[in-house]
Amino acid sequence: MDAITIRDVSKAYAAGKARTEALRGVSLDVADGELFGLIGPDGAGKTSLFRILTTLLLPDAGHASVNGLDVVKDYRRLRTQLGYMPGRFSLYTDLTVEENLAFFASIFDTDMRENLHLVQDIYTQIEPFRRFRAGNLSGGMKQKLALCCALIHRPRTLFLDEPTTGVDAVSRKEFWEMLKRLKAQGLTIVVSTPYMDEASLCDRVALIQQGRILRVDTPEGVRRGYGRRVMAVKGPGMLRTLERLEGVDGVVDAYPFGERVHAVVAVDPDRIVWPEELEAVEVTPDIEDCFISLMKESHD
Amino acid sequence: MKQFLQFVKKEFIHILRDPRTLIILVGMPMVQILIFGFALTNEVKNARFVYVDHSGDPMSHRLIQRLEASRYFESAGAVTGPEGIDRAFRRGVCRIALVVPADFEAATRRPDGATVQLIADASDPNTANTLVNYAEAVVADFSRELAGPAQPPFSIRSETRMRYNPQLKGAYNFVPGVMAMVLLLVCTMMTALTVVREKEMGTMEVMLVSPMRPLRIILAKAVPYLLVSFFNITTILLLSVFVLDVPIRGHVGLLFAESALFTGVALSLGLLISTATASQQTAMFISLIGMFLPTIMLSGFMFPIENMPLPLRVLSNVVPARWFFVIVRSVMIKGTGIAAVWKETLVLAGMFVFFTTLAVRKFKLRLE
Repeated sequence: MDAITIRDVSKAYAAGKARTEALRGVSLDVADGELFGLIGPDGAGKTSLFRILTTLLLPDAGHASVNGLDVVKDYRRLRTQLGYMPGRFSLYTDLTVEENLAFFASIFDTDMRENLHLVQDIYTQIEPFRRFRAGNLSGGMKQKLALCCALIHRPRTLFLDEPTTGVDAVSRKEFWEMLKRLKAQGLTIVVSTPYMDEASLCDRVALIQQGRILRVDTPEGVRRGYGRRVMAVKGPGMLRTLERLEGVDGVVDAYPFGERVHAVVAVDPDRIVWPEELEAVEVTPDIEDCFISLMKESHD
Repeated sequence: MKQFLQFVKKEFIHILRDPRTLIILVGMPMVQILIFGFALTNEVKNARFVYVDHSGDPMSHRLIQRLEASRYFESAGAVTGPEGIDRAFRRGVCRIALVVPADFEAATRRPDGATVQLIADASDPNTANTLVNYAEAVVADFSRELAGPAQPPFSIRSETRMRYNPQLKGAYNFVPGVMAMVLLLVCTMMTALTVVREKEMGTMEVMLVSPMRPLRIILAKAVPYLLVSFFNITTILLLSVFVLDVPIRGHVGLLFAESALFTGVALSLGLLISTATASQQTAMFISLIGMFLPTIMLSGFMFPIENMPLPLRVLSNVVPARWFFVIVRSVMIKGTGIAAVWKETLVLAGMFVFFTTLAVRKFKLRLE
């Protein structure tokens, strides 16, 4: 059974005379117990979609349901089953860790002590700081606390809007491990992120841009569907390398990738004459390469 | 119920852990009462006067001494001629001057009597008026004393009595005013701010996703400020009774009940503002301009409503503080009961129901 179904959902915001279309006919299905990633740049419509699914916004057109409950008509029942972590840090900075947990447990009609075992894994990491005010925690700790608060009432479906934005690399890794453990407990998790490298950690991903879903597939499927070869190019500095790659026969695209430049080639790499000082090695295309080309295509 | 209490507890933590809010909430009423009581008073005490004594006889000395002896005036010495008075005014030495004509003593014995001149610095007209009145009273008193028991025939004198406030103390007027102001500020502005802060921080999003009903959220937000308001009413009343000597002539219970009603109106207004605004600045601005100014200007506290042009008089009817002000003045100063203020009470109750209904109905179940 699908935990989430979205059909032709559109949403536009009117600010004065200007009209911004945040979502243009989005359709998606998320299976029960799936860890689903929504990947896209800022302003792609991720948060709008999350808010519609968490009953906070009404869609202009189309309909969506979560756990078989319509997000518009059955919003009251649905609200007892959702866990939601908004993009902005939504905890009370003047309350301690414990007080935050107790508060969020109570507004969901549950007791913190009774349900603490549900989040035991994560809570043990922040327990030493339970008398600290949330505002004094580090970014990673805050995010763990926010996750605890979103999980304390044992939701069936968990929505995490950019949970790893502004969090250091180590904490990000830990966070994804926690998500995997939660998934193992049978929770359906939808997570959005602007970081494409996190896509490969999901069961399935949807790439969203300018309010449209570009592609939905498993990370492996996305990689396989990419029909091009990619060269990692090392050269004298990022900018100069990019400059030199311009106009090289056979190179259709070049963009920075970590410390190197990735060059997408349309022909056999051996037949390309690489400019001086540039060293090119073929690499297996990463999921990020696929997204970059998908996004560029949709732009053109 | 447990959910509700937990929510209220959280609101209290917000108030108690933020020293600035706490100082504003609890300290402001006390500071306002004390400032109004001691600094911003329009009562005249120890106003300085100068005199020009053209006569220099024992009678003129007695008059000047008499003026000096009153607790309203204090002598700043003698000056010579109109130029001297002018100089004293310009230098701010005094606010009023007394000119005694030559042959004063002889003139007092003549049938048509003597005349003294009072010159006041009317750049502040209200004070000048008050001072002249006081000085005239002193002079009249003196002249009656001179006449002794031999009253002239056919004279009509009016005997004035200032009921409820014989000493014409300003405190009788501003204690009700400050109460209205403080309650409005605490309840309206603070509740508006606390709800809007949740919106700004994004915690409102989580709260909305929760199964908690809007009415409960609203109530839980209001309860702490209701309690703080009762604390404030108590301190204001204690300060006015024990520090400013303003008596509570009516029933204290009635006074508290009416204050609770007014607090309710203020709270519902605050919640209404919070449903219509998205940022703390806007909420603050609306509370200040929309609530605070009318409360000061149109409640009858600073300016009498009877003197206002018709449009303003009509407008003053929608200012809750106007009705509360009348109630507190009646109950506290005049000692009347509910029978005398039922109309005003009904108006406030109507406002409370109206604004609360509006606030609950406008409270958004979603983000838009």
